[in-house]
Amino acid sequence: MRLLTHNMLSSNIKGVTNGFPLRIEIEKVVEKQVDFNADFLRNMFPKIEWKALVGAARTLGYVELPEEVEPSRLDSEDFLRKFHHALLELHLEEGALVCPETGRRFPVSKGIPNMLLHEDEV
Amino acid sequence: MWYLCVFFHRLLDYRKAEVESLAQLFSNEDQEYQCLQWRLPLLHHPDSPFHFVDLPSEDVAKSIASRSILVKGMYELWGEGGSYEELEECIRNYPDERKLPYLDSSSTFKINVDTFGKVISLQEQTQRIQGLSYIPFKGRVNLKNPEHKFWLMETDDYGASNGLPPMVQKRIFFGREIGGADRKLLPTYQLKSRIYLGPTAMDAEMAFLMANQALATPGKLVYDPFVGTGSILIAAAHFGAMTMGADIDIRVVRDGRGPDCNVWSNFKQYGLPMPIALLRADNNLPPWRTGLKEVFDAIICDPPYGVRAGGRKSGGRKLMKGVIGPYVVPDDKRTDHIPSTASYSLVECVHDLLDLAGRMLVMGGRLVFFYPVLSEDDNVDNHFPEHPCFKLIATSEQILSSRYSRVLLTMVKKSPYTEDIAEAARLKHLDFKENHLKWLEDGNLHSAVFSPTDPQSNGAADHAKFTKEPKPKYRGKYV
Repeated sequence: MRLLTHNMLSSNIKGVTNGFPLRIEIEKVVEKQVDFNADFLRNMFPKIEWKALVGAARTLGYVELPEEVEPSRLDSEDFLRKFHHALLELHLEEGALVCPETGRRFPVSKGIPNMLLHEDEV
Repeated sequence: MWYLCVFFHRLLDYRKAEVESLAQLFSNEDQEYQCLQWRLPLLHHPDSPFHFVDLPSEDVAKSIASRSILVKGMYELWGEGGSYEELEECIRNYPDERKLPYLDSSSTFKINVDTFGKVISLQEQTQRIQGLSYIPFKGRVNLKNPEHKFWLMETDDYGASNGLPPMVQKRIFFGREIGGADRKLLPTYQLKSRIYLGPTAMDAEMAFLMANQALATPGKLVYDPFVGTGSILIAAAHFGAMTMGADIDIRVVRDGRGPDCNVWSNFKQYGLPMPIALLRADNNLPPWRTGLKEVFDAIICDPPYGVRAGGRKSGGRKLMKGVIGPYVVPDDKRTDHIPSTASYSLVECVHDLLDLAGRMLVMGGRLVFFYPVLSEDDNVDNHFPEHPCFKLIATSEQILSSRYSRVLLTMVKKSPYTEDIAEAARLKHLDFKENHLKWLEDGNLHSAVFSPTDPQSNGAADHAKFTKEPKPKYRGKYV
């Protein structure tokens, strides 16, 4: 699971109002190279919850992202590379996503988050 | 400018839609979508492989042809006629400034002869080529790698009942080739050599057509909520799009059939970039965070319509018995609990898909999906699903059996997803849950497709057949 996915997902258990961002539990993190595409990153940037991305990247041990960011930074190649790395190349292979409100664990195995809810959670 | 567009004689309903989508892709993107102008050659039936199309430039024509799957060739027409005399007159009258640059002595060329609906011998082909001596070819012939390719194409009055579209008169075309489809893609991606397959993996040709309808290009993000073995996303990834897929069946997305036979290995097999994300999620209760919208450039999918594969959604088996209250999972069993799922009717599935697409597609983004249609009711205007955010721009039918077909729908997001739409969708969602059984029965396509025909009603249908004009059917419609 890449951090782009993490940035899009939330706990959708019935009654949970604040299911984002999901806390990350790490068992295994891998890096997987992805072709750099600046246009894709610029398109994606406004849709990203920046704070959640910074937090998730730190959890995975990547601290290069600035706390706050101005859209003007998107012109800088250096920044885009860092953004690219955090968003697309860090990969949670084994672990879990934890609902911040209920503590429910959504397991991540072989890089696939299992977001399916139990019968009594829908 | 008008070009002669010759199609492969298959998937007839998909041909123009593909060219129109690609025209949109290769023209100026800021322009509002507009339909292309089409014209048929004299006396040709709409199912004929020969069409004329008006395109903004030769570059666009070339790009369309080389990206397409169903365009056999795009040609600058130099002449046409009902006989070789007429053709000669027409070619002689075609302006020299259009012809001479391609007849130059420093260039190389080749002339191909092609026929539709008949076969001619090599000898006859050579005679036909020699008959073109009135065109002042100055260049050298190069059969392997010519700069300019010319095509002489002939159709005959082959009669109406041999599986080809009815045509009345012989027609001959001569033109310069601008481009053609790269059909080599298809043997490369054919399902029989794919490592990981599921029972409903999408045929490679159809997957490419879907990716073309969705305008997949580098830098775009394409999502498939029923990803399965990834057969549709593979086509989108081939055209450079970033891909993302979800499925409710975790065995399919996560495990496959082992470490070298799963969705990832399918992408690896073709050297394509891996999907950005695969996840297990329910289309009925998507796990996207609130506030997330307009992230996908296209959504392409083949929803489960309950004929070959049925859909599942969360909520538990108890919904089947009409119980809405859930099964409560004991606390000590929560960790490795495997939730049971309920069957998912097509109506609900399509409703959820449209709602998800309305929210998650960018403005101008495309939703491309298959929708099944029963063919027994002979009314022509089918009711396709609608949504206030979307405009339906193309419908292409593929007949699957005498009972039903599937139609590829292409929709464009034209207006933003508003609060009102979201609220209406929420109420509908509750209605589906509360009246689960009713919706399941209403949307049951399986019995309509597989139940044996009632002999009595069959007799009535036979009777109706005699009174009604039979529908024209050609082999082409079925291939």
